[in-house]
Amino acid sequence: METTLLRTPLYERHVALGARMVPFAGWEMPVQYEGVIPEHRAVRNDCGAFDVSHMGELEVEGPRAHELLQGLLANDLDRIELGQAQYTLLTNERGGILDDLIAYRLSEFHYLLIVNASNREGDFRWLKEHEIPGSDVRDISDEYALIAVQGPNSLERLGLEQAPAFSFAEGTIDAVECMIARTGYTGEVGVELLVMAEDAGKLWDRVLARGAVPCGLGARDTLRLEVCYPLHGNDITPETDAISAGLGWVCALDKEFTGVERLRAIKKAGPEQRLCAFVMEDRAIPRQGMRILQGGEVTSGSHSPMLDRGIGLAYVPAAAAAPDTELTIDVRGRERRARVVKKPIYKRDDKEG
Amino acid sequence: MPAPESYPNDVRYHREHDWVRIEDGEAVFGITWFAQDRLGELVHFEPPGDGISLSKDASYGEVESVKAVSDVIAPLSGDLLEVNQKVVDAPETINDDPYGEGWLVRVTLTDPTELEALMDAAEYERFVADQ
Repeated sequence: METTLLRTPLYERHVALGARMVPFAGWEMPVQYEGVIPEHRAVRNDCGAFDVSHMGELEVEGPRAHELLQGLLANDLDRIELGQAQYTLLTNERGGILDDLIAYRLSEFHYLLIVNASNREGDFRWLKEHEIPGSDVRDISDEYALIAVQGPNSLERLGLEQAPAFSFAEGTIDAVECMIARTGYTGEVGVELLVMAEDAGKLWDRVLARGAVPCGLGARDTLRLEVCYPLHGNDITPETDAISAGLGWVCALDKEFTGVERLRAIKKAGPEQRLCAFVMEDRAIPRQGMRILQGGEVTSGSHSPMLDRGIGLAYVPAAAAAPDTELTIDVRGRERRARVVKKPIYKRDDKEG
Repeated sequence: MPAPESYPNDVRYHREHDWVRIEDGEAVFGITWFAQDRLGELVHFEPPGDGISLSKDASYGEVESVKAVSDVIAPLSGDLLEVNQKVVDAPETINDDPYGEGWLVRVTLTDPTELEALMDAAEYERFVADQ
């Protein structure tokens, strides 16, 4: 199948930095520069920068934008003020997860949604189909680039003041204008910088000049897995629901939104399966799709650079999802032991020394 | 530190990017610089079981990086003598020294004539240039 991969405004810079480029969700993206492990450690210990311009930006505007989104998104937008963002889910009629995303409250009548690259078109179509008079949905992804700067020293390196998580504001970094949001996908302090596509190269150069280590999608995946942030398409899908996935905290079950009845019912009855986090006891690396002998399967698995062990997320029967339960994973025909752990798998306090 | 690219002359090469070095009638197997570079930092080596026989061109173990799993192919047939425990405990040894400390297994060859089918360093270097 012949497909043309999309490139972000930073493509040439990635190639010049020696990145290994791979196809991802229709884009040609850097999976690593120096290596997944050093990049992962840079983010845990200092500061790393990721090009996440492949992600989609959808704008919802109008006097009834709030009403539209309140009916489509699981979390309660009444809980956030202007200048605040919220992690939320786009759900279908069966309570399945169409996407997980962050909603930014730009003004009373204006929201920005930053969505997964692979779901950009589907989300846009879904929102358009449900549009009501007084709400206008636009896909503005092509106008913007997004750079995530993450790690304990990220704010200091960018010369930014401390700010509460999930707050955002217009600002400048070395005179480049951008929207600075205290959000991310690594479990570390950090920001995501939404910048006009034509300014992206300049901003990326400034961020690296300030000491951020360029990091690829490989480290992005191991970082999010260590802190148990689900990946849409793996751990959460249109066939899985938020309650089973442990995302009940994102669902305002006291308001009306698509699929809420189903989610209320699952919550009441208790889910049959739960998404649990596990750490390998035996030497082995779990991978997506591996069968678990107690029931269920691995939805994300990799090597944890901080724990130096195999780790993963898996749907298992609810009875097997409690921390300390032993699981047996079929690793290409070999039975390997793992143990369910409390989320997140990695916490800063666990660090050696 | 990852090793710089190299294809030494004292080993022979298999097209699946494995090497063999003959030492006093025994043979040592490993994966080439090209293979470890393609895979990235190695984080797991799944060795063969004790006393197993290895067949030329067949998998005898797996190496894994953060993102990928790869079979390790026997460049020649032989009976397993020893697994490199250092690589089991610290798989990154393969990245650091693919032809030295990062060897994988030691075997007794069962058909030394198979050696003829393998590439020398110059042939292998041309082969990887086309990959």
